[in-house]
Amino acid sequence: MHEQGLKVRSRNIDSLRIESITGVDVELPLAGPGGRSYAFIIDWHIRVLIALFWLLIAMIIANVTGITADLVKFMIFGPPTVIYLFYHPVLELAMSGQTPGKRMAGVRVVTRNGQPPSIGAILIRNVFRLVDSLPAFYTVGLLSTLVTRDSVRIGDLAAGTVLVYLPVNSRKASQRQAVLATQTRLAPDEAELVSDVIERWPQLAPATRRQLAVKLLVRAGLPATDMDNFDDARLAAALRDLLVPQR
Amino acid sequence: MTASDTTQGPRRALNDWLGSRVSAWAALDRRVQQLQRGGNVNVDEALQAANDYRRIGRDLALAQQLGAPLSTTNFLARQYAGLHQVLTRPASRPWQDLRVLLQQAVPAAILQLRPRILWIAVLLLGTAAIGWILVTLNPALAGLVASRAMIDEVENGRLWTDGLLNLVPPAVLSAQIFTNNILVAISACCIGALYGLGTFYMIGINGFMLGAAFAFTRQHGLDGRLFEFIVAHGIVELSVIVIAGAAGLSLGEALIRPGRLTRRAAFEGAVRQAAAVMLVCIAFLIGAGVIEGFVSPDESFPLAARGVIGVCYMVLFVSVLTGAAWRRPAISAAVTADAVP
Repeated sequence: MHEQGLKVRSRNIDSLRIESITGVDVELPLAGPGGRSYAFIIDWHIRVLIALFWLLIAMIIANVTGITADLVKFMIFGPPTVIYLFYHPVLELAMSGQTPGKRMAGVRVVTRNGQPPSIGAILIRNVFRLVDSLPAFYTVGLLSTLVTRDSVRIGDLAAGTVLVYLPVNSRKASQRQAVLATQTRLAPDEAELVSDVIERWPQLAPATRRQLAVKLLVRAGLPATDMDNFDDARLAAALRDLLVPQR
Repeated sequence: MTASDTTQGPRRALNDWLGSRVSAWAALDRRVQQLQRGGNVNVDEALQAANDYRRIGRDLALAQQLGAPLSTTNFLARQYAGLHQVLTRPASRPWQDLRVLLQQAVPAAILQLRPRILWIAVLLLGTAAIGWILVTLNPALAGLVASRAMIDEVENGRLWTDGLLNLVPPAVLSAQIFTNNILVAISACCIGALYGLGTFYMIGINGFMLGAAFAFTRQHGLDGRLFEFIVAHGIVELSVIVIAGAAGLSLGEALIRPGRLTRRAAFEGAVRQAAAVMLVCIAFLIGAGVIEGFVSPDESFPLAARGVIGVCYMVLFVSVLTGAAWRRPAISAAVTADAVP
């Protein structure tokens, strides 16, 4: 597949649309300051934990071997500095634009063509952390994500990259498709509505979910009077049966 | 025919279509996830993925047209985007990329940066001259660029670099030096993103410190020894600072005067150019750090040897930056051409 056939068509506030050779646009939801910060905080904690672990080991080695003070200083601060500086670029290279924090946040670095970033792009976006972290606590980077159209920091502007949510279907989403397509007798839009109510049942207020369930069951042809005596659990069961009839 | 029949027909068609495609989508989902995990893909798998991409694109368009449930179109859109990422993944050719970088990108970038290199060199020398004059006129100003301990050492007739090897092993010293130098060079370049002002500031400060240090050591008759200490590594080190500054200046310039491009595109282009040059500079800073750790503090190296090392290293640096190191001499090209029947 050639890069020439791809170009960025337009950008919504929260997603990146890319023109594809098939004629159907690819849409990638952009990660905003929240998703970025979440991933960064996880990565920051991982780095701190590794550094602390190393500090412990280095102090034990220093005590046992009795090496010079300068060497101890170098041994204590050298590896954590290396981890601090190389954690992001090395892992983003090894994990195709992800780090453990980004993976947990479900985000990935991609180019503005939606492709995985090249080595050069990853190095550039990480080197520019020097500017993004100014004057402290990534203030420049955070402000940049708040004011730029694609919610990117200076490093991303420099490297031509963006942070997007992973286009991966969860197992739940796949199962839902199977139910909607093969196991229900309802029309697709109705099936989706019923499926939504079942999925959100525990979060809905009891009165609201009762009202919704009754309305959906009546629309499906069940007499409203029958449902007067239904308790909460029975209504939920009736909805499930409406979606996927039990044989 | 009733109204209900007219709506039930398309609904049934949509349901039938969803039903006929769902198992294919499930199989595709597994394949996409496998491809996303990476690893080598054979020709059959690649062709299958290309076919899947077209098919899922068609399904997505159809689902949108038929008004399929939102969860279905989202499901297909995610599958489609996932496959897009897998299929458009650039090929990994690190050696070829490195060759293109060294033979073409770096010399081209240096050509573009030439006027800025000149201006930054003037800035460095100018601020060095200011530092020199100010400290010569008022020696107390040396406190601006040197710590109390360093001043005491110089006033006692010793350079702060004397006996450095007795304190730290050369390898550790080298690592500390090149790490610091790389950070300074990268900072001088990146900080140019602040409309070039950061670069001006860093180059100005470095020039001032250099001039002030020489003026201060001259007052105590140690300038010759300071020169002796820095000559082997300093020529390349200072050149790298100048080039990093020029690269930083180009970032600021791209933001101020983007020309026909958008600011974003101009900035991106300037960064790409700067990155190519900085990659070579960083490699040479590591070498300079090794020289500074092993040669510069070692008193057994005479001035002439240090001078030769410094000049040779600079010649190598310039020849790599300009691409001369990779260019074949015209005569050998002519001989080769003659030899071809």
